[in-house]
Amino acid sequence: MERKRKLRVMVAKPGLDGHDRGARIIARAYRDAGFEVVYTGLHQTPEEIVEAAIQEDVDMIGLSSLAGAHKYLFPRVVELLTERGAGDIVVCGGGIFPDDDIKMLKKTGIKEVFTPGSSLKEIVTWVEENVKPR
Amino acid sequence: MAKKVIAGDVRNVARLIRDIDDGMPGVREVLKELYPYTGKAKVIGITGAPGVGKSTLVDQMIAHIRERNKTVGVLAVDPTSPFSGGAILGDRVRMQRHSMDEGVFIRSMATRGHFGGLTQSTRSAIDVLDAMGKDYILVETVGVGQDEVDVVKSAHTTIIVVMPGMGDDIQALKAGILEVGDIFVINKADLDGTDKTMNHLRLMINMDQHKYEEGGWRPPILKAQAVFDKGVIELLKEIDRHGKFLKETWGDLHFRKRKDKVREELAEMVKARLVEEVIDKLNENGAFNEAVDSIVEGKMDPYTACDSLVLPKLGLSIG
Repeated sequence: MERKRKLRVMVAKPGLDGHDRGARIIARAYRDAGFEVVYTGLHQTPEEIVEAAIQEDVDMIGLSSLAGAHKYLFPRVVELLTERGAGDIVVCGGGIFPDDDIKMLKKTGIKEVFTPGSSLKEIVTWVEENVKPR
Repeated sequence: MAKKVIAGDVRNVARLIRDIDDGMPGVREVLKELYPYTGKAKVIGITGAPGVGKSTLVDQMIAHIRERNKTVGVLAVDPTSPFSGGAILGDRVRMQRHSMDEGVFIRSMATRGHFGGLTQSTRSAIDVLDAMGKDYILVETVGVGQDEVDVVKSAHTTIIVVMPGMGDDIQALKAGILEVGDIFVINKADLDGTDKTMNHLRLMINMDQHKYEEGGWRPPILKAQAVFDKGVIELLKEIDRHGKFLKETWGDLHFRKRKDKVREELAEMVKARLVEEVIDKLNENGAFNEAVDSIVEGKMDPYTACDSLVLPKLGLSIG
């Protein structure tokens, strides 16, 4: 049997935000693309997300936020990953963000940001091209 | 790597379990080094139909075990999609509150389509958490297939979770899984039909009356409402009692070191390893794909193809 690592990704909802329909749809799309998807559920702190990502040995964390606190929460996840020596885990984000915020997020290490209008196919293709099993 | 795992290093433990899952070469060497450090943990299997509340129950069990100042490792197994090969591993959602607790390690695993079998990789993952020093290891599976039954069979104590109003499902479970239950939990016991389910289970357990008269373990049936943390302390007490029973009956908790267990597990390991090696070899020289093609093209029947793939490898002639 060919020894191929399976891509493991985490879909997480940081902060006080109860809207996880989007995150669930993304999780489903990842599953259909053949990834193993760990879903954390709602109301996670960046610390909880990072700890879970390390225990689950994922290759990527997809953060979803629709509550406006992305400018703190997303970079904080990247920061903690680096502190824990897990800076090689790719972090991307999804939600409704102003253009300036997207620039800022990308500067702080969020690899890619997806906004309304991004198709599932586009997102999955991006992951397949940019995230490799660690 | 083995040293770091024994020292309890989370990143290395996480990576090793991934290596086991991905069937990476080199894993066996690490497992060999870890084996002498295993055998200390109490392994508890939790199984039942989807939606009965296994994850929630596990979450509460973690909390109570932590109150005893014991550490916990959790393996939560969810099914892999047979179509895409992907999986959504959502058991963690119910247990996330423990993620910052250093005494708790939670890992989601997908059933995949292992050649080695889910049983094999889960057993190895149990060994890893054991060597890492976890006092309790909780293994949660959806109790539907033989693989899942085998997984919980490697536990010291197996808990079957059911809920009221699933009459026919209990019937369906009867065949394989009810026999392996050491403790039964009727979760969501505030729902209608709890007593009926209780009677159902009791009737089934009583059918094995002769076993108990010969000193066998009579599985208790507990009512619980995991969401409200009801019945969970009682469950832990029953687990303790079962542990004591095992100790009195078998001498110690090293249940997996019993001869029949060891024989069974070793046989399974040999089987898995053989299949893996043979398939590897067949893929290497393309024989497997050639056989597939010739069946598709109608040149060969699958029975002959199978013979021609397997028999020469065993030094036997075809026909």
